[in-house]
Amino acid sequence: MSQVKPISFKSRKTKDKTAFILICLFSFLAMVPLFFIIWDVVAKGYKNFNLRLFTEVTPSSVDALMARMNGDPIPGGILNGITGSVLIVGLAILISVPLGLFIGIYLSDNRGKKFAKVISYLTDLLQGMPSIVIGIIAYAWVVKPLGGYSALAGSVALSIMMLPMIVRSTEETLKMLPASYKEAGLALGSSYTNVVFKILLPSGFGGIFTGVLLAISRVMGETAPLMLTALGASVVNWKITEPTSAIPLLIWDFYNDPNLVDLIWSSSLLLLIVIFLLNWIAKIVARKWKI
Amino acid sequence: MKDKIFRFLLFVAALLILLLSAAIVYALVSRSGETFREYGIWGFITSAEWDPRSATEEYGALSFILGTLYTAFFALLLCVPFSLAVALFNGEYFKGKKIAGVVRSVVDLLAGIPSIVYGLWGFYTVRPLVIALDVNAQGFGIFLSSVVLAIMIIPYASSLSGEFLSMVPNNLKEGAYSLGATRIEVVQHISLPTAASGIVASYILALGRALGETMAVTMLIGNTNRIPGGLRGTGNTMASVIANQFGEADGLKLSALITIGLLLFIITAVINLIAKLVMKKLSHA
Repeated sequence: MSQVKPISFKSRKTKDKTAFILICLFSFLAMVPLFFIIWDVVAKGYKNFNLRLFTEVTPSSVDALMARMNGDPIPGGILNGITGSVLIVGLAILISVPLGLFIGIYLSDNRGKKFAKVISYLTDLLQGMPSIVIGIIAYAWVVKPLGGYSALAGSVALSIMMLPMIVRSTEETLKMLPASYKEAGLALGSSYTNVVFKILLPSGFGGIFTGVLLAISRVMGETAPLMLTALGASVVNWKITEPTSAIPLLIWDFYNDPNLVDLIWSSSLLLLIVIFLLNWIAKIVARKWKI
Repeated sequence: MKDKIFRFLLFVAALLILLLSAAIVYALVSRSGETFREYGIWGFITSAEWDPRSATEEYGALSFILGTLYTAFFALLLCVPFSLAVALFNGEYFKGKKIAGVVRSVVDLLAGIPSIVYGLWGFYTVRPLVIALDVNAQGFGIFLSSVVLAIMIIPYASSLSGEFLSMVPNNLKEGAYSLGATRIEVVQHISLPTAASGIVASYILALGRALGETMAVTMLIGNTNRIPGGLRGTGNTMASVIANQFGEADGLKLSALITIGLLLFIITAVINLIAKLVMKKLSHA
């Protein structure tokens, strides 16, 4: 036990007050970057945030240079990135959500079993895995065997990232449901399958759906794994075996091309809007369907 | 019958996590074979030579391992005062109050901002400040990336430790208050020691995040393939060198980059394991 030395009451009071002020100050300072970042993106991005962004594909570097020299706004938008993000993330959802649900149900139902503990630990391990390493994995599993970069490879990478988050949220949500739900269903003679699909999943819908939305918002802005898998494309592509762009990949391209630099901020603004919207909906869903 | 099939499906899905993990390790290890045959594990880790020119090809990971450790630990150090303040704000001083919810939501939003946007912000807004502070001429380097990384990991470090602080039993604190302790004395002698292992675990997890962070660091660290010369110097982290050089790599270089990925995977796995053990100790106490 640490010994409290006799100190004057006044100096103890001062110390207490100072600590309180410091804590409030540093908490406030921790929030400041968020506002600066949002401010930066909005202030620089709103000018190019127009319909064109959604309807036209990325201009070539030469076209952009010509427009810049004439003092015109950069022609073109990020349609190829928007469709690419929809394709890659959509496919990743299709892969990870059913699997994540099943694994989550398994873990919540087999608590305490050795095998479930191992699976649970490995899920944590996957969740902590750096996204760039996941990119390497998808490269080795999909890009190499298929002989080229593809939307599918990107989706595999993103689904590996989403899987642990969905498993965790499903498991946590089902764990919070009262055991009586399941018992009542089984006591009424319902099959286990029916209990899961008609009672447990609907009751836990809010928590599970929130988890899925947050997982989507987390992978929406991922760039590094897509660089090694989907690569990018300057046209709209809906084929899963072809190289495909995504909004964050385009931001990376724009960052590296001085002629296209003006498009950075409007694309980032769109990305932030999508991510914050997903977070916001997740919050509402979580509140509305609270168990 | 239907139930049996369903239960079997659930089991198969869970088994898939095991297979996935095994396949990940296998993919990384098998593709690192070339590097290990060429340099040996120890030789690759301890060599700082990274020369991709085909005539004098030579690869070693030491510069990147050190670059990763420098940036991650410095970022962790920078984030401590802020995340600890947020954790105390939410979990102790304003526990359960509306304002704590607001602060928590705002800080959580920091975790939602994509790495690449942090990179842009670091490049266009923080870098001029770093130049103005005269850290180095170009602004790029360990210092700049650590500052941005520190901001990125604040939410990870603060949310979990705030939760552990809020779980400190009230009767312990009330006991101290009744003895005449001031609030900061309660924090110092009761709350922080009681929640210590949980707080340590959340900082370890935040460190794991910082180690694997890719895009923002790639855009800010300067991308030089040598051992960083202190905080003012430029360098490369394991993640950033992969992001930078993977695209044009083949043969031995590709294998070397994948080996760096394997090392990064091992480091983060160990970090997560340590955090888990620390938390386990907590639940037994």
